[in-house]
Amino acid sequence: MELDLTQFLDYALILMLFAVGIAVVRMRNLFAAVMLTGVYSLLSAAWFVSLDAVDVAFTEAAVGAGISTVLMLAAMLLTAREAEPSGRGRHWAALAVVSVAGAAMLFAVPDMPVYGDANSIPNSYVGHDYLERTPDDIAIPNVVTAVLASYRSFDTMGETSVIFAAAVAVMLLLGMGDKAKPQGKKQAPNPAPASASKPATKTTRKSARKPAKTKAEKKS
Amino acid sequence: MNPHLILRVVSKLLIPMIVVYGFYVHFHGDYSAGGGFQAGVILAVAVILYALIFGMEEAKKAVPPAAVKIGTALGVFIYVGVGFVTLFLGGNFLDFDVLHPDLAHKSGQHIGIIWVEIGVLVTVASVMVAVFYAFAGRVPDMSDEEW
Repeated sequence: MELDLTQFLDYALILMLFAVGIAVVRMRNLFAAVMLTGVYSLLSAAWFVSLDAVDVAFTEAAVGAGISTVLMLAAMLLTAREAEPSGRGRHWAALAVVSVAGAAMLFAVPDMPVYGDANSIPNSYVGHDYLERTPDDIAIPNVVTAVLASYRSFDTMGETSVIFAAAVAVMLLLGMGDKAKPQGKKQAPNPAPASASKPATKTTRKSARKPAKTKAEKKS
Repeated sequence: MNPHLILRVVSKLLIPMIVVYGFYVHFHGDYSAGGGFQAGVILAVAVILYALIFGMEEAKKAVPPAAVKIGTALGVFIYVGVGFVTLFLGGNFLDFDVLHPDLAHKSGQHIGIIWVEIGVLVTVASVMVAVFYAFAGRVPDMSDEEW
C-alpha cells in the first residue's frame, strides 16, 4: 500500500484549525478574536481545497474569511473592544457540555464512511446519477453548478429567498444606517469625504456608544 | 498629506480587478468553481473595500442605499421570473429546456442557468452590501488614530 502524502497536509491543516480555535476561545481582545476567525475560515477553505471541494472552499474563503470578518468588525465597533472575563463556575458547565458532545462524536466516528470512499452512502444513488447524467442533460463541465442551478433550482430559489429575508430582517432592525439623518443632518450633499460627515452622525454615535460604555463601567 | 495614501492607491487599482474577477467567476461558473453566489460576494467585497478606504459617504454616493434595497428584491424577482418564463413557454416551472430550441447542445439549460445565477448574484451582492451599510452606518467612520 503506497503512502498518500496529501493526508499529512490534511492533518497539518486540522492541527492548525485546532490551534486557531483554541486561540479564539482564549482571546479576550475582540479585535484579535475576529481576525483569528477570519484565519480559521481561510484555513478551512485550504482544507476544503485539499478535499477537492473547490466550490465549498471558494464560498468559505469569500464569505467566511471576507464578508463575515468585515461584518464582525463592524458589529464589534458597536460594542466594547474587550470581552468580559467569565466567572469560574461557568467554565465547569461548559467543560461538561463539551466533553459529553465530544464523546458522542467520537462514539459516532466508526460509523463514518472511509475517507474518499466513492461508494459510501452519501456518494451513491443520486450522487452517481448526477455525475452520469450531467453531460447529457445539461452539457456543462461543472456538475456542482448543474446540480445547484438546474437539477435543484427550487432549492436555490428558496435559498435566494432566505438571503433576501435575512436582509429584510436586518434592514427592519437596524435600518440602512441613515436613521439619524432627519434630526441631525441639515447639510446639503457635501463632497468632502469621511471627516466632514462626523457632525452629522454625532447623534448615532452617542446612542450607539452608550451600551458599550455602560458595559465598560460595569467591568471596572 | 493623507496618511492612507498607499492604501488608497492600491485599492483604487484593486477594486476594478475585483469587480472583473467577480464577473469572471459568475460567467465561468459553468466551467469551473464558482457561480452567482460567490460572484455576488466578490462584487460586494469590492463595494465594502471602497467603503472601508474612502468612507461610508463616498461609498453611498457610488452605490446608493436605495439601489441596494431594490437589488435585494430584484434578484429574487429575476430568479422567479425565469421560472414564470419557462411556465409561459409551455414547460414546467424552472424547466430550462424550453428556453431555447437547440436541444442537442442544451442551450436552453445554459441560458436558464446563467439567468437564475444572475438573480442569485444580484440578491447576494445587494444583501451583503445592505447588511454592511446597516452595521457600519450606525458608527461613525473610524478616526485616524484608531487605524
